[in-house]
Amino acid sequence: MITLSTVLRRYTSDVAIGPVDLEIPPGGITAMVGPNGAGKSTLLTMIGRLMGMDAGTITVGGLDVSNTPSKELAKKMSILRQENHFITRLTVRQLVGFGRYPHSQGRLTVDDERRISEAIDFLNLGDLETRYLDELSGGQRQRAYVAMVLAQDTEYVLLDEPLNNLDMQHSVQMMKHLKRAAVELGRTIVIVLHDINFAGHYADHICALKHGEIVAFGTPQEIMAPDTLSSIFNTPIDVIDGPRGLLACYY
Amino acid sequence: MVVGLLVTAGLIVTSLLVGEYDIFGAEDGAQMFAITRIPRTVALVLSGAAMAMCGLVMQMITQNRFVEPTTTGTTEWAGLGLLAVMILAPDSPLIVKMTAAVVSAFIGTMIFFAFLQRVTLRSSVIVPIVGIMLGGVVGAVSTFFALQTNMLQSLGIWFAGSFTGVIQGQWEPLLVVVVVVVAVFIAADRFTAAGLGEEFATNIGLNYRMVVLLGTGLIAIATGIVTVVVGNLPFLGLIVPNIVSMFRGDDLRSNLPWVALVGICTVTVCDLIGRTIVSPFEVPVSLLLSVVGAIVFIALIVRRR
Repeated sequence: MITLSTVLRRYTSDVAIGPVDLEIPPGGITAMVGPNGAGKSTLLTMIGRLMGMDAGTITVGGLDVSNTPSKELAKKMSILRQENHFITRLTVRQLVGFGRYPHSQGRLTVDDERRISEAIDFLNLGDLETRYLDELSGGQRQRAYVAMVLAQDTEYVLLDEPLNNLDMQHSVQMMKHLKRAAVELGRTIVIVLHDINFAGHYADHICALKHGEIVAFGTPQEIMAPDTLSSIFNTPIDVIDGPRGLLACYY
Repeated sequence: MVVGLLVTAGLIVTSLLVGEYDIFGAEDGAQMFAITRIPRTVALVLSGAAMAMCGLVMQMITQNRFVEPTTTGTTEWAGLGLLAVMILAPDSPLIVKMTAAVVSAFIGTMIFFAFLQRVTLRSSVIVPIVGIMLGGVVGAVSTFFALQTNMLQSLGIWFAGSFTGVIQGQWEPLLVVVVVVVAVFIAADRFTAAGLGEEFATNIGLNYRMVVLLGTGLIAIATGIVTVVVGNLPFLGLIVPNIVSMFRGDDLRSNLPWVALVGICTVTVCDLIGRTIVSPFEVPVSLLLSVVGAIVFIALIVRRR
C-alpha cells in the first residue's frame, strides 16, 4: 500500500500541490489522470523520493520515503521518469543489468543474470539485448527501460507517462505488458497516463487530479462517467458502451 | 583485448628504445636507461591511462561528451594552485606543490559543476566552450601573477606538457595516480549510473551527490599530479573515451581497460613522434595532442549534426 497524508508542495503563493491524502491499494495498476499541470508527475516523483515535499508524509509498503535510506527504498520501489535521453551508450542487457544494482551493488550473480534474462524475455527484447540503446526505435527503447525497472524486482513500480511518443500498436503492447506484470508478477504499478481510454481499459483504479488536488478516486466503472470526466478535464465528454468496454468520446 | 595489449606493449618497448643516447653502445647506457627512459615510459603509461579515464568519468558526471579536464578549466586551476605555491613559498617540497594543485583543481571543477547545475545550457557544445572560457580566465590570472613575479617562463614551460623533464627522482609522485586508476575501476558502475542521470541513479539507491564528489575528487587528484609532473595534456580525456565509446559503448566496467589502453597508446605515439620528428630536439607532446585532439573534436561535432 502507498499512503500519502497531507502531502504538500508549494511553488508560489497561489500555485501548490496538495494537501493530498491518498491510499493506493496494493496490486494491480493505478492510473493517475488529469489535465496538464494538475500535478500528476510531481506527485509520482514525490512518491518516488526524487523530489522533496514541503509537508506531509508518504509511505510505500510501510517505508517512509523521506527518511528510509535510498538503498532500502530501491529494493521496495522503482521509478521511471519520462525523459530518458542518455548520452551514455549502453546495450539493452547492460541497462537492464542496472536494475539489479540495489541487490548486487554491481557484482552480478548467477541469480541476477537469470532475472535480467527474465525481464528481457518478459518484454520480448531477446533479439535486441546486445544492441545499443541509441540504435533502437522509441518503442523498443521504452520497453528496455521498463524491463530495467522490472528487473529491479520491486513490489512497487512507478511509471511517468510510459506511453509518451509511442504509436497505437506500441502503446497497446506496453499496457498489455504492464497488465501482465501486475497480474503474473504481482507488482503494484502506478502510472501517469494522458489518454483516459487507456486508463479506463487497463487500470484497476483511477486517480484523477486537478489543480494539485485529488478530485476523484475509484474503479474505471466509477470514474468513466460523463459528468465526472467532463469536470476533471474541462471538456464535454460523453461515455459510450463500446464493443470492448466503456469509451470516452471527446473529439 | 589481447591485440590491444600487444600493441600497447610494443609501443612501450619502442618508447624505451627510442632516443638520442645510445643506451646499448655507450658505457653508461644502462644507467642512462634507468635514469631517463624508464621514468619517461612509466610516466607515459600512468598519465595516459589516468587522464583518459578522468575524461570518461567527467563525461559521465556531467552527461556531456565534450568535457575533460582541459575543457573545463581543471588543468588551469591546478596550474594556478601550483603557481601560488611557487610564488608564496618557492622552497616548498613537491608534496606541498602537488597538494595545492590538487586542492585548486578540485575547487575549480566544483565551481564549474555548480555553474552547470545553475544554468540550463541549450546545446551540449556550449558546455566545453564555457569551460574553456573559464579556463582562459583562470589561465589569464596565472599569467598575470607569473608576469608580476618573473615566473612567466617557468609557467610557459610548465603549460607545454612534455615528458622531456621526467627523470629519476621526478616521476615518483605519479605513482599516486595508480590509486586513482584502481578507485575508478572499483567505482565503475557508480559512474556509469551517474552518467544515466541523477534520477536514474537515485532510483537504484545511489547517492548521486556522493558519486559526483568522489568522481571530482579522483579527477582532481589525477589532474593535479599529472599537471605538476608532466604538464598540460590537452584533449586526451576527450578523444580517447569518445573513440572507445563508438566501438565498445559506455559501460565503464567493460570499457575501462580499453580507455586505459587507448590512452596509453595515444600519449606514447604522440610522444614518440614528438621525440623523433625534429630529432635531436623534441616537440612537446601537448602540441601533438592538440593537433590530434582538435581534429577529433571537430569530427565529433560534425558527426553529431
